[in-house]
Amino acid sequence: MTAMASTLSNDEILHLAKLSNIELTKGEVSLLKHDLSAILSYINSLSELDTEGIEPTYQVTGLKNVFRDDALERDSLERDVLLDLAPDSEDNQIKVPKVL
Amino acid sequence: MVGIRNYIGVSALENVRTSIEKAKEFQAYNVFISLNEERALERARLVDSGEIQGRLAGVPFVVKDNFLTIGGATTAASNILKNFNSPLQATAVEKLEAEGAICIGKTNLDAFAHGGSTENSIYGPTLNAVDKSRVAGGSSGGSAVATALGIVPFALGTDTGGSIRQPASFNGVVGIKPTYGSVSRFGVIAMASSTDTIGCFTNNVSDAEIVMDIIMGRDKNDMTTLPNFFDVEQKPSQRKIGMIKEFMQNIDDDVRLRVEQYADELRSAGHTVEYVDMPILKYALAMYYIIVPAEISSNLARYDGIRFGSRVNETTLEGVYGKSRDNGLTVENKRRIMIGSYVLSSGFFDAYYLKAQKARTLLINDFDSLFKTYDALLGPVSPTPAFKLGENSKDPIKMYMADILTVPASLCGLPAISVPGGTSKEGLPVGIQLIGQRCKDAQILAIARSVQEKNNG
Repeated sequence: MTAMASTLSNDEILHLAKLSNIELTKGEVSLLKHDLSAILSYINSLSELDTEGIEPTYQVTGLKNVFRDDALERDSLERDVLLDLAPDSEDNQIKVPKVL
Repeated sequence: MVGIRNYIGVSALENVRTSIEKAKEFQAYNVFISLNEERALERARLVDSGEIQGRLAGVPFVVKDNFLTIGGATTAASNILKNFNSPLQATAVEKLEAEGAICIGKTNLDAFAHGGSTENSIYGPTLNAVDKSRVAGGSSGGSAVATALGIVPFALGTDTGGSIRQPASFNGVVGIKPTYGSVSRFGVIAMASSTDTIGCFTNNVSDAEIVMDIIMGRDKNDMTTLPNFFDVEQKPSQRKIGMIKEFMQNIDDDVRLRVEQYADELRSAGHTVEYVDMPILKYALAMYYIIVPAEISSNLARYDGIRFGSRVNETTLEGVYGKSRDNGLTVENKRRIMIGSYVLSSGFFDAYYLKAQKARTLLINDFDSLFKTYDALLGPVSPTPAFKLGENSKDPIKMYMADILTVPASLCGLPAISVPGGTSKEGLPVGIQLIGQRCKDAQILAIARSVQEKNNG
């Protein structure tokens, strides 16, 4: 990928899809190539703004290191309730296809 | 239009039945994803028997379908959560229920709150309350229309970049996006964690004050929450208000006229209004569409078909992830996730994400310096009244432009409201935006109330 590119290639779209863990259909590749290129050219306008020596803002509350009491929470959900949310489970564990 | 007070001290069962009847009568607007009649009626009986009491005893309300609720699904208008039944309830809903309010259903939205029209829902678009050929606005379109049609006196929504204010404007109701951190987001589906807020829709300012007073405050389950600072300003003070020049450019003539008229109404209510400059605002939308997709790409990584939500069965784990997300997310969700992946990827991080976060500091500084002189800032909510269904859905940039006046307050965590400011020549509602200083939510509501009271005589 070239820096500040405003036109993305099919390969770049597929790479972004891979980074995002999304499989795309063929029609979506060309649609997203067009849309994402347009969005990138729009957001590139930010490069005009001088931000030399400015600190970034990641959050706006001013809160720092908020801790809860070091005590056991007794109002948590039951294991079975959470397991029931999973599409597939067996022996109290969530089941997924073979990884290795 | 009916307010909360019309529902207090009368039969809760009657209230709930009437709201459900209205919900069905207005089915053509596609406001609801689901109704929860059984639970609502049961709670109404408990209110009528005196077992449930509180400031909102027997008052029906609705919530956007990205709030987790007990009984029925929470879908976020997406395929991946279509059958997701939450085992817990959002803190904001719990707080309202603790005051006796009764949730009758879940409203339509753009899937995962990504959008500005409520067209990007797997359940189809919600129609505008005033003109059915137009969009409801979004992403909290269903909640706005439910309030505007009088199905319920108030509704909850979420506002990450304008998703309460813009639909409030398009449907002629009051909408508030509070100070970032003022309402717990526990149990609400995360979109962009540094700008997500929870607020409400009502038919008058006083009702918004009642609801915000109840839902605000610290929650041990959301570490970003602030202690409740909300204190209704009973007698509105005379304030100094800055009308933002940049907000008055590139907007419909009708919208400009309505904002100028509102400025006059503010003056006759005793406030001072003068023009102010804020040149950096032209970069706010670019900042927003870097920061928010970045946070979306991270927050939506959890929807992979493994622990909850729908799964597409494949032989490999990557296949499960890829196909479940392809099937479960909308094209707009994918667009935002992939933009996020792009601006966060190595080699681009400094040029986009870090750059945008630095620019955000400049934006905050400029707001702060205006707030040294002015108590609140004024402008429109949206450059246009509600647009036609389908008008912007093929062009994401055009759709994003609808957020241009609402994203600045979001990026800076400032409270902002949309209040009805009359109609355009075509009879479409135009919303007026008041932006306040951090934690001064009560002040902007009081300013709006002073105008409302004057207009009502």
